[in-house]
Amino acid sequence: MSNRTVDMTEVSSGFADVSAGRKPIVTIEHVTKIFQDAPAVDDLNLEIYEGEFFSLLGPSGCGKTTTLRMLGGFEEPTSGRIFLGGKEVTYLAPYRRDVNTVFQSYALFPHLSIFENVAFGLKRKRMDKAEIRRRVSTMLELVDLPHMEGRRTSQLSGGQQQRVALARALVNEPTLLLLDEPMSALDAKLRHQMQIELKRIQTQVGITFLYVTHDQEEAMTMSDRLVVMRLGRIEGIGSPREVYDRPTTEFVATFLGASNLLAGDVTALEGSVATVTLTSGTTLRVGAERLPEKRVGLSVKVGVRPEKITIGAGDGGTMSGQNSLRGRVRVSTFTGVGNQYIVETSWGTDLTVYAQNIGQAAAPRSGDEVVLTWPVEHTFAVHPMAHGSVEEEATMGEIDE
Amino acid sequence: MDQLVHADHPGGVERTHHRRGSWGKRLAPYLLSLPAVVWLLLLFLVPLAIMLSLSLKTCNPASGTCYMTWSWGELPHQVNLYRTQFITSLEYAAAATIVDLVVSFPIAYWIAFHGGRKKNFFLMMLLVPFFVSFVIRTLVWEFILSNNGFFMTFLRHAHLISANFHVLGTGYAVIAGLSYNYLPFTALPLYVALERIDRRVLEAAYDLYASRREAFQRVIVPLAIPGIFAAFLLTFIPAFGDYVNQQILGGTSSTMIGTVIQNTFLVTGDYAAGSSLSVVLLVISLLGIWLYARVLGSRSIEEYL
Repeated sequence: MSNRTVDMTEVSSGFADVSAGRKPIVTIEHVTKIFQDAPAVDDLNLEIYEGEFFSLLGPSGCGKTTTLRMLGGFEEPTSGRIFLGGKEVTYLAPYRRDVNTVFQSYALFPHLSIFENVAFGLKRKRMDKAEIRRRVSTMLELVDLPHMEGRRTSQLSGGQQQRVALARALVNEPTLLLLDEPMSALDAKLRHQMQIELKRIQTQVGITFLYVTHDQEEAMTMSDRLVVMRLGRIEGIGSPREVYDRPTTEFVATFLGASNLLAGDVTALEGSVATVTLTSGTTLRVGAERLPEKRVGLSVKVGVRPEKITIGAGDGGTMSGQNSLRGRVRVSTFTGVGNQYIVETSWGTDLTVYAQNIGQAAAPRSGDEVVLTWPVEHTFAVHPMAHGSVEEEATMGEIDE
Repeated sequence: MDQLVHADHPGGVERTHHRRGSWGKRLAPYLLSLPAVVWLLLLFLVPLAIMLSLSLKTCNPASGTCYMTWSWGELPHQVNLYRTQFITSLEYAAAATIVDLVVSFPIAYWIAFHGGRKKNFFLMMLLVPFFVSFVIRTLVWEFILSNNGFFMTFLRHAHLISANFHVLGTGYAVIAGLSYNYLPFTALPLYVALERIDRRVLEAAYDLYASRREAFQRVIVPLAIPGIFAAFLLTFIPAFGDYVNQQILGGTSSTMIGTVIQNTFLVTGDYAAGSSLSVVLLVISLLGIWLYARVLGSRSIEEYL
C-alpha cells in the first residue's frame, strides 16, 4: 500500500516538473505583434498545458498584456499562429473563441444586476433559462457571493466586483481563462486573500488560467508555471522554483526576487565545475551546467540569492563545495523575521545578505569583518545584460500598463 | 448629509480660535451665490409669478388693464379653445424629435466610436451651421423648400414630384425646420452618452460571446438610454413651444401653440389668455421632466445639460 503511494507521488511530481506528455491547450507559434514599427511581442513561442495556472510576468511594456489580448481576440498578431485546444484561432473574433477574460478594471455591465452580469455569456449561448439560473447561483456560491443576484454592481466593494467578474467569466466553463492583472485595484491585504481564493477556485474548477501580472510575488504564489517577459521576448520559463533558483538571464535574476551579481570571466573548466575569476582577482566556482556557454574566457555575471549566503566571523578556509568572500558589514538591518546586511567586499562591491532570525550566534554589526559562504550549487552564472540598467526596468514593473 | 455638515464645521476648537475666518468661511457660499440668486429672482421667479398671476386675471384688451378675478376656469377653457393647436404642436414636436433621434444617433455613434483623434473636429463640423442666427437659418430653409428653389426645381425636373406638389406652407416644412434647428440638442447628449461608455465593457460583451449586433442591442443602447431621454427632452420641449418655424415655413396652415401664444400677447393683447396658455405649456413640459426624473433619476439629466 505505502509502496504504491510513493510510486504515484513520484510519477505525478515527475510530470509536474517536466510537463512532458501533458496536453497543450494553448500553442503560440512565432507570434509577433508590431505597433507603429515597434514590436510589442517579438517571435513568441509558448505552450500552456491543460489545467495549469500559468503566469505571464514582466514589467510594463514587456508584451504580456498584448499576448493576453491576442489570445482573447482583441488584437491580431502581425505574424505567427495561435492554437486553442488544437484549433487555430489566430484571426477568430473574440465572441467565437472558447476563451473568457477577467479584465483589469472588471468591466462589469453597469446597467445589469449581478445575476444578469454572470448570466450574460450563457444567454448569448442560448442556454435553457432554468439551467442558466442553476449555473449562476452555483457559480456565485463558488466565488463566495451567495444571495447577491439582485444587487447592482455599484452596490459592491472592489473585492466583490472582482468576484463577480471572475464568476461571469468562469460560468461559461471556457477552455482558457485570461486574467489581466485582476488584483491591481485591490489593497495589499485583500490582494493576498484573493490570491489564496483564486488558487482554490482554480483547483476546484480545473480550468486553465493564464494570469498576467507585474507582481512577482503574486506570480510565484499562485502559478504552476510562469514566464518572465522582457521587451516582447521570454527571458525565463518554468515552475516558480526553477525560475527563481536557476535564473537564466541577468534580467530574471533581478526581476524575480533579488540577486547579488558579480562580473568576471570563466578561467577554467574542470569536469562539472567552472572557475570564474572576478575583476578583483577573486575566484568563485559555479556548476559547469549553470554556465550560459561552456567556454573558457566567457564573460559572465556570477550570482547568488541573498538568503543562500551564510554570514560568519570565521577565517573561512575554503571548504569543498563552498564559495567564500571576505567583506565588512556596511549596513545591518533587523527586520523581525531576519537580518539584512549590506556587506562591502575589499574591492568595493556591495552584496546583500539575508539571515533568518533563528536565534543562532550573535548577529554581526556594522563595521565587523565577516566571511560570506554559500554552496557552489546555489551559484549561477548569466550573460551580462547588453545595455540598460536592470534595476530601472525592474522597478518599471510597479507602474500599471 | 451628516458628512457635509461636519466638513463645514471641522471642530469647535477651530471655531473659537479663528472667529473672523470662520465668519468669512460661513458667508462665502452665500456671497458667491448672490449674483445667481439675484439673476434667478429677477429674471425667472418674478416673471414666472407675474405670468402665473396674470393667468388668473381678467384683462380688458382695449385699455390693457387687468383685474384679479381668480378665474381658474380660464385654463381648461383655453385648452379647449386651442385643442387643435396643442395637438398639432405635440405632433410636430414629436415628429421632429423622432427625426432628430434617427438622424443624430448614427452621427453621434460614429463620432464617439470611430472619430479617433478628430472627435472634436467632427463635433465642430456638426455645430458650425448653428453659429448662424436661428431666424436666418429658418429663412434659408424657406428658400430651399420654396417652389422655385433649387431643391424643388431639381425634383420637378427629375420628374420625382408632380408640377403642383409643394412642401412650403405644409406641416412637413415645419417638421423639417424644427428637426434641423434642434438637431444639436439631440446630437450632443447622445454623443456624450455614447462617448462615456467604457470600451472595456464593450470588450467584455464581445468576450462573453455577444456578436456586434448583440453588443449594440444589449450594451450600447441600454447604456445610452439616459442620453436618449435627455436628447428627447432637450429637443421636444423647445420644439413644442416653437413658433418661428411654423410662421416662416408653415404659412397659415396648421398653427402651433407657440404662434397662438405670440398672437394672443402681441396682436390681441389679451395677457390673461396668453398667460393661461403659457402655464398649460409649462405644465406639459414639466410633466415630461417629471417622468424622466421618475424613470431615470434626477441626477442623470444634469449630466447632459
